[in-house]
Amino acid sequence: MDLVYTPAQQTFRAEARKWLTAHVPSERLPSFDTAEGFEAHRQWERTLAKGNWGMVTWPTEFGGRGCNLIEWLIFEEEYYRAGAPLRVNQNGIFLLGPTLMEYGTPEQKARFIPAMASGDEIWAQGWSEPNAGSDMAAIRCRADRDGDEFVINGQKIWSTRAVYADWVFGLFRTDPDSSRHHGLSKLLVPLNSEGITVRPIEQLNGLPGFAEIFFDDVRVPAFNLLGGEGEGWRIAMATAGFERGLMLRSPARFQQACKRLVQLYRENGSDVINPQIESAVVRCYMDAEAYALSTYQTASKLCSGGTIGAEASCNKIFWSEMDLLIHETAMDLLGARAEIEPQTAAEFAELGVWLDGFMFAQSGPIYAGTNEIQRNIIAERMLGMPRK
Amino acid sequence: MNFTFTQDQLDFQDAIASMLRSEVTADTVRSRWATTAGVDERFLSQVHELGLNSMLVPEALGGLGLGVTDFILLAEACGEVALPEPVVESVMVSTPLLVDILDQGLGNADIQKVVDGVLAGDLRVSLGHAINPCINYADSADWFLVSEGDGIYLVPKEAISLKARKSVDPSRRLFSVSFDPRDHVRVADGDVGARLQRSTLNRGALANAAQLVGLSRGMLDQSVRYTTDREQFGRAIGANQAVKHLLADVAVQVEYAKPVVYRAAYTVGVSPNRADFAVSHAKSAAARAALMASRHCTQVHGAMGYTWECDLQIWTKRAWALAREWGDEGFHNNRIHEWLLRKDALLGPEFTFGRGSITDLEKAG
Repeated sequence: MDLVYTPAQQTFRAEARKWLTAHVPSERLPSFDTAEGFEAHRQWERTLAKGNWGMVTWPTEFGGRGCNLIEWLIFEEEYYRAGAPLRVNQNGIFLLGPTLMEYGTPEQKARFIPAMASGDEIWAQGWSEPNAGSDMAAIRCRADRDGDEFVINGQKIWSTRAVYADWVFGLFRTDPDSSRHHGLSKLLVPLNSEGITVRPIEQLNGLPGFAEIFFDDVRVPAFNLLGGEGEGWRIAMATAGFERGLMLRSPARFQQACKRLVQLYRENGSDVINPQIESAVVRCYMDAEAYALSTYQTASKLCSGGTIGAEASCNKIFWSEMDLLIHETAMDLLGARAEIEPQTAAEFAELGVWLDGFMFAQSGPIYAGTNEIQRNIIAERMLGMPRK
Repeated sequence: MNFTFTQDQLDFQDAIASMLRSEVTADTVRSRWATTAGVDERFLSQVHELGLNSMLVPEALGGLGLGVTDFILLAEACGEVALPEPVVESVMVSTPLLVDILDQGLGNADIQKVVDGVLAGDLRVSLGHAINPCINYADSADWFLVSEGDGIYLVPKEAISLKARKSVDPSRRLFSVSFDPRDHVRVADGDVGARLQRSTLNRGALANAAQLVGLSRGMLDQSVRYTTDREQFGRAIGANQAVKHLLADVAVQVEYAKPVVYRAAYTVGVSPNRADFAVSHAKSAAARAALMASRHCTQVHGAMGYTWECDLQIWTKRAWALAREWGDEGFHNNRIHEWLLRKDALLGPEFTFGRGSITDLEKAG
């Protein structure tokens, strides 16, 4: 155990900090769930890619820096410290990217990764269907093989970023006679394909952060099949592993939020004795640190050849409940002002940032597998409790 | 940057944990309860033969010269079996205080004799600290390290009067003590004494934090077994989501207490300035996990959980006690609160491991 950064890691941090200081937009970009904001965030992805900071863990031939996970954490710390924009490309770089690296053919990697890295192709997720939510193995959306193509028919829902994104990845039933987690395949589909209808769904904040996607005889080349036919479930579980396990929510995000929370507390509440708020602020700070420490532990383990186990299912519950507490505490500190929607940049910095975060935090225990499903997984796979 | 234990450390933990599991069972703990001293002498000589007593003592003083990160997993393993004897307290708290006193040229002629006796396994030292009202296992101690004001006193058992206080946990043997704080038994005072008391408090809180993590895992294991075996409505009660989720919640808390405890173990060794913060976090997180474990695990045992017969009580009662000894959650959360409000507090994602590692960067930028 050696909890000191190496000189090389410190140099890397300094380099990241210098670049971010020079390039992070000084003004907040509009939400990426608006047409204007989406393009502004795409531009930011392009800027990151030009500096080779788009996805530091990728090999250099794909625009990365070949970093290990500790360096990724350092980059993320600097990224959130700098107040850089949220990643509109998150579905691509954190979820599909690692899967492509592991299961993609050389041709698929060459086709998809550079365009993903450059921000030219932004990805949406296509897992859930109206009757396949928590029970993802109930997927019915069909992709029938027809020569060198798949013909897709059916519907996806809750597809994050699908309103403005260029591509969607997801699970489709390629064997019509199969059931449950058999006969599913992972396909990559351009959202401008003929036969696709995207119907935006307004989220709690009134913006179309996700959508329904209807597929009506949509044809995609067999080249767009990622991994083997019928291998979709196994590959999806790997993606879900990345998502829950490590990359979906880097600890720096919460540590930065807690730093702001402590500042808010110093300005608004620390002189008034309110044991409830005091204890919530302390709890938030502790939990954000704990999440960071746990992630460093997992990253160290992976760097020295270990693997992520079932305990990774604890992550999502921990950070999503922490995120709620952080923002609930901020709302408590703001008191009756908390409900006010900002009209100016100054008001956004003071109030809106918390209201936005509070609203988004409501979704944390729901997306990427509800926390109730996560608790089942922990009980059955980590603790070994009986399924029936 | 490498936040893992070495293979040697993991192997040693495995070896000690399996020894503990075979030697310290619910039955042998209950046998200890039935004796006057509450101590298994044969077990304690085994512990001594394994070298645990001298693990954290510098080589120059005749010890193995290992660090807290080498012992922390063993402390956890002691918690996992709910070991009654104060092995962890002795290795992690009282012996290091003796070493500190000796190292700094404090104390009197007795101190060398006591350190030698501890290393030889001939002497036992019990520790009193102002934050705890009682001393555990005072009746089997030969010497006492006790504090009063800023002073620390090394007192032979003849000069101490003991009054037994019964703990809710039959594995604990509490005594309130009184002694005459004369000059000739005082080994530290003033700023030095206050500093030693503070580092002792940190070591004590960390020792309990590690044991609380172990206790929580011990409770979880039993509860998983019980809810798998026990059937109602024609199936294992553990198949019910309501039961699963109670235990999953505990697992999450334990999973996130562990790295905090390990970070604290590392910090007390290398960065005393950050020790208060790291230790208080560890103690608070581990106490929270263990208290939740006690409640949820009792609940899933149903009426059995409320019986003397059910072995779970060996763990739950210990968790109730250790969660509050060496500062309860309120005490430790207050220390973190003070730290957060300090003008020079290092807040933000780049400071997870403090300033030390990036001093050069700050100069540069």
